Amino acid sequence: MEIKKTSLNKLHQSNNAKFVEFAGYEMPIQYSKGIIEEHKFTRSNSGIFDVSHMGQLFIYGDENLTEELEKIFPLDLKNLKQNSSKYSFLMNEDAGIYDDLIITKIEDGYLIILNAACKNKDFEILSNLLGSKFKMNLDNNRSLIAIQGPKSVEILNSIINGVNNLNFMTGNWFDSDNKKLFVTRSGYTGEDGFEISISNDKAENFVENLIEKGAQLIGLGARDTLRLEAGLCLYGHELDINKTPVEANLRWAISKSRLSNGGFIGSKKIMNQMQDGASQIRVGIKPEGRLIAREKTKIFDDTDTQIGEITSGTFGPSVNGPIAMGYVNKDFSKVDTKILLEVRGKKHPANVCALPFYKKNYVKGVD
Amino acid sequence: MSEVKFSKEHEWITLEGDVATIGITKHATEMLGDIVFAELPEKGSNVEKDGTAGVVESTKAASDVYTPVTGEVVDTNQAIVDDPAKINEDPEGGAWFFKLKIKDTSELDTLMNKEEYDKFAKETSS
Repeated sequence: MEIKKTSLNKLHQSNNAKFVEFAGYEMPIQYSKGIIEEHKFTRSNSGIFDVSHMGQLFIYGDENLTEELEKIFPLDLKNLKQNSSKYSFLMNEDAGIYDDLIITKIEDGYLIILNAACKNKDFEILSNLLGSKFKMNLDNNRSLIAIQGPKSVEILNSIINGVNNLNFMTGNWFDSDNKKLFVTRSGYTGEDGFEISISNDKAENFVENLIEKGAQLIGLGARDTLRLEAGLCLYGHELDINKTPVEANLRWAISKSRLSNGGFIGSKKIMNQMQDGASQIRVGIKPEGRLIAREKTKIFDDTDTQIGEITSGTFGPSVNGPIAMGYVNKDFSKVDTKILLEVRGKKHPANVCALPFYKKNYVKGVD
Repeated sequence: MSEVKFSKEHEWITLEGDVATIGITKHATEMLGDIVFAELPEKGSNVEKDGTAGVVESTKAASDVYTPVTGEVVDTNQAIVDDPAKINEDPEGGAWFFKLKIKDTSELDTLMNKEEYDKFAKETSS
């Protein structure tokens, strides 16, 4: 299959991107400055991320659609305000996760942002569940640009006036250059920032404008270290079809009002696990010293019994040390529990720790 | 000090008497990206030509460091363990990895000189 390119591909090239294949797309892993500098620039200034490979699914409908979607997602969508967003999951009957996503209520329906590797399958699953009652559009004509970091609000507001009034996890349509952009105040780096849905033919010019105002392009490498420091899950690593939201320690994303009556896909398993606890749970892990424990590293207790596995591990540039997330047996999930990580045949001490590794700077309210 | 020689695994080596100093090349650091972890062989241990003698990790991945010659480890550079970023800053100078007391200096004859290595690095990275 031919590798796909986003509408910013030429711009990545002219900024000396190193490319990798990701979910069938040619994506920049880093630019000439490297992952650590790109990471730190995002934390201190403003980083631009091409996330156009992600799926932008528009589903159109009225309250009937809301009712149908509540049979799928563990969310209180009836009470979700227009232009508000929620983090959620598409699950199977056993509460195994097909994908994690952001769903936003828009004027005439919903916009769902899906992971690149999952979007086509998600579309198929949702089409089967919803039937032909609602118009669905997995929009390939729009790019998705994230701008993240403390200076992003000032930079973006100078191009799209009014975005500074958005609260965290809300969005709206804006007009710019005679095109309609959908902007949400959200992101996946642990920083204040925005995601902008823009038609493909305007994307390159828009990003060039952001660069002119002082933001810089950031690759997927730094996106990974940023999200890991923020304690955020990445599908295919922390989340997959064999993990449930309770096991992934994402109970907060399940609307409380939906837990008493269930009625969404996977609700039985979720309600059981909420009551009895899950046997394995996602935790933060800090190796002692500088050792890095990568994905698939086995976790042991002091009696040589395997108690879990690392799902993501790297060096955290802002933490200035190694960080990881993984699943452990629930008896070992308390903060400060001593564990051992097997790296290159030797066991190294580490501690279970609270998430995030790096404190968030989200803007909660703008009054 | 002898002429700098290079291995296909991207190590450099210099010889002073029977003690060799070994590190990784600038080209290697450019391919690896930001180095955030280094593990070195233990002092007093013996390492075999082309065997592993350490590890470097970048933000992206872990890579073995090989020794281009056989010998006994007589010194290691703790400074790069404490601050691995030094390896990116000065890979072919202050950020050497380890020193070996070697038995057979003829092992160096099979290695590349600077010109040969530069050509090799260019060909293998494209």
